[in-house]
Amino acid sequence: MNLADALQEILFSLKQNKLRTFLTGFGVFWGIFMLILLLGAGTGLRNGAEAEFTSDARDSVWLFSRRTSVPYMGLNANRDIRFTSHDLEAILRDIPGIKYASAENPVGSTSRADIVVRVKDRSANFGVFGVAENYFHIKKYQDVLHGRKLNAQDEQLQRKVAYIGKPVADQLFPNQNPIGKNIEINQITFKVVGEFFDKGRNGQMSERIYIPMSIFQKAWGQGQHYYRILTYQPESNVDPIAVEQQVVKLLKQRHRVAPQDRSAIQSHNMVQQVKEVNALFAAINSFIWFVGIGTLTAGIVGISNIMLITVKERTVEIGVRKALGARPINIISALLFESVLITAVAGYVGLVCGVGLLELVNYILKVIQVELPYFHRPEVDFQLAITAICILICVGVIAGFAPAWRAARISPVEAMRN
Amino acid sequence: MIQLSNLHKYYGDKNRQLHVLKGIDVTIEEGELTAIMGSSGSGKSTLLNILGILDHFDEGRYLLDQQEITKLTEKQAAYFRNKFIGFVFQSFNLLSFKNATENVALPLYYQKVGRRERNKKAAELLEMVGLGDRAEHMPNQLSGGQKQRVAIARALVTNPRVILADEPTGALDSKTTQEIMQLFKEVHGQGKTIVIVTHEKEIADACERLIVLRDGQIANTTSKVSPL
Repeated sequence: MNLADALQEILFSLKQNKLRTFLTGFGVFWGIFMLILLLGAGTGLRNGAEAEFTSDARDSVWLFSRRTSVPYMGLNANRDIRFTSHDLEAILRDIPGIKYASAENPVGSTSRADIVVRVKDRSANFGVFGVAENYFHIKKYQDVLHGRKLNAQDEQLQRKVAYIGKPVADQLFPNQNPIGKNIEINQITFKVVGEFFDKGRNGQMSERIYIPMSIFQKAWGQGQHYYRILTYQPESNVDPIAVEQQVVKLLKQRHRVAPQDRSAIQSHNMVQQVKEVNALFAAINSFIWFVGIGTLTAGIVGISNIMLITVKERTVEIGVRKALGARPINIISALLFESVLITAVAGYVGLVCGVGLLELVNYILKVIQVELPYFHRPEVDFQLAITAICILICVGVIAGFAPAWRAARISPVEAMRN
Repeated sequence: MIQLSNLHKYYGDKNRQLHVLKGIDVTIEEGELTAIMGSSGSGKSTLLNILGILDHFDEGRYLLDQQEITKLTEKQAAYFRNKFIGFVFQSFNLLSFKNATENVALPLYYQKVGRRERNKKAAELLEMVGLGDRAEHMPNQLSGGQKQRVAIARALVTNPRVILADEPTGALDSKTTQEIMQLFKEVHGQGKTIVIVTHEKEIADACERLIVLRDGQIANTTSKVSPL
């Protein structure tokens, strides 16, 4: 018995009752359709929540040096702590499990946008920051609009180059491509090599100009290599909390800060937030699967139900087939095949419609340029689609099993007595 | 060909048992055309169902072509039905959504014979029963006699050892009955063993051998020279 034969047998019986076949399939269609829509919406919510994060690597840690609040080892309180390049080297050398570490220093004393930047006759105030090597490995979720990020050679060769945010470019170079143009920061000329957009703090993080740390220190005379902010990203296979404690402890030792002093060295990470968001979405996801599988179960019950009726209606036919030599496996496999065929086709249509609708929503959101808060790019990934197909086939087998079993047990004598 | 010894069959549960067949002993030789008669409730249909391995029996022994037919699994039973037995029913039992050729070819489907071969064989048999021009017709486009011809072709398509017919002319008028009976005789003439359950005297008369059942037992068996 080849597949084409079996298929023809089944198509025959399905054609017998088109409406019933359609209604049966609809239950499964709807189950998969809803599951896909829900999962897509879940991804949309997740993407929306992710969009609220800053542009930093999710597991990055940022360390700020401030003033001591406790006297320690004969040193007074209210002592200004400043990180140095040696701290950065020490972290990389002494703490295992650090992937990248880098530093940031603002021009001027604060990180407010108060540095005058000029281009010919135009000028505006922005924050200017010297950033050490690997900085953009950690601040990785900026969109590069034009040109490039700062790189290792900029740092080593002390190039006077600048990586500017979109608002900077818009104000200094309205309606122009800023790449290759010169800007003047505190009478020093820098060449623009790239333009970025940083969605952090509702885009405020874009009102910045980044320059290499080496030229920053040379230009503004901070020969001691002081840093206001250190940042690092741990390896993904280490406990981020433990690493953070080790780093803070190391820095406190190096700067003779009391272990109980909480204000001298402050660390900020998103590990906790990321964890919470992940937990929230894991919960939402489980809920979606729960609802989706529930809907699908209704579909399964529907198929089982209708197939039981089908079996009852076809009792005589099944009896005749048995009398002519159909083995139980023939009867069972035909009904299972029928059930799988209905579920697979209906479910596949549901899958396609679900994905299609999500893509349509995506397209419309894009065309009318609506940025919904907490909802962004609803989508389902390929793996999920494969999972759905596997679920479908299982559903078909489960739905068909009870009716097929009953059919196989029909006695031909009883069947043909009717 | 068929050997039944001391065959018993009960219906119902332990307390209210109905003893339907009470020790049937019968031997049917290869190539015989046998009729089984008996009043309603005599157990003749039950006997035919047991012969056709559609039903179980409780005691005794059944040998079909020297093969022991006792306690078969469903799968084995299906194999014997398919290979050894061809059924013809009173109500034809054609599948309504298959045309004549497909109905005739169905037993071969369960032998995993390919479609082309099946249909070729089915066409030959339809030709033989005189329905070569009705091959594509659906059952509801055929008369009762034609349907039964299709059913006979279906019974013959696997070249079985025995044809079992349960009231094959019960739903047909007398003219068609004669035609069908003629067809059975032709098949018999080709050497097939045929067992027909009937309550019609003229059918029984047309057979070589008559077995009369009464109250679950064989009342008498008569043999005569074949009318052929």
